[in-house]
Amino acid sequence: MNGIHDLGGMHGMGPIDAETDEPIFHAEWERRMFALMLATFANGSFKGDEFRHAIERMEPAEYLNTSYYEHWLHSLERLLVEKGQVAPGELEAAWKNAANAADAEGAA
Amino acid sequence: MASHDHTEPPSDIALRVKALESLLLDKGLVEAETLDAIVDLYEHNIGPQNGARVVARAWTDPEYKARLLSDATPAIAELGYRGAQGEDMVVVENTPEVHNLLVCTLCSCYPWPVLGLPPVWYKAAPYRARAVSEPRAVLAEFGVDIGDDVEVRVWDSTAELRYMVLPERPAGTEGLDVEELEALVTRDSMIGTALLEAR
Repeated sequence: MNGIHDLGGMHGMGPIDAETDEPIFHAEWERRMFALMLATFANGSFKGDEFRHAIERMEPAEYLNTSYYEHWLHSLERLLVEKGQVAPGELEAAWKNAANAADAEGAA
Repeated sequence: MASHDHTEPPSDIALRVKALESLLLDKGLVEAETLDAIVDLYEHNIGPQNGARVVARAWTDPEYKARLLSDATPAIAELGYRGAQGEDMVVVENTPEVHNLLVCTLCSCYPWPVLGLPPVWYKAAPYRARAVSEPRAVLAEFGVDIGDDVEVRVWDSTAELRYMVLPERPAGTEGLDVEELEALVTRDSMIGTALLEAR
């Protein structure tokens, strides 16, 4: 697929931003995202090329504006719904629950 | 009121991941212990220290080096490193005539069993775009000056095939044992974005 992910040789991307003593993960949610992908991959929910393809199907501007593990989140949510492992309504309910829980925590 | 009751995802990415994790735990699609074990493995057991062992062995054992360069996957497995994202490995050797550099222009392919998870810059657009079109400029940004008489070879990794660079053994390390040599080998030297020096 000739999409935005095919970055080789593209101009205008600027300098390389290498971090000194970079941690393996930069936030707890990155740890959880990494593990969720590997665990669902290991249980056969999808194949590796399907996971990459779902990243490549991201809207191009969004692809460039989001971080690596955000790509993983988009891909995993999409694949689990497309594969019927998760119903769209279940995902939306989970978002509501998480937001409500966070609000309750903030108000407490 | 909106004409539909579609729920937008939370703008807070951490909340959105937490929601997905809760859902998958509730549905029994994943188990918390498995998630914790995966994180622990990649934070503590799988990393460039593994590749450093491969490199130091190759520097000190010519027969191992020959096996590594001719068929890397089983040679690496001899040291116990195998598995996800390292199923088919090729090791490319730096010499006074050739400098090798790894990239994955399409995404983030990287030899996990020997190097662990890739740094952010390896997965980000600037490196992926430029490593193939102006590798010497990229190397200069990493502080690596490659002479005009040295050929630069760039290897674009794929989902099926992963590369690792065998860096040159630094001069002045003749008296070091294999553990001391391992300690000299850096992650970036095995990607090709650094050269090694004796400390």
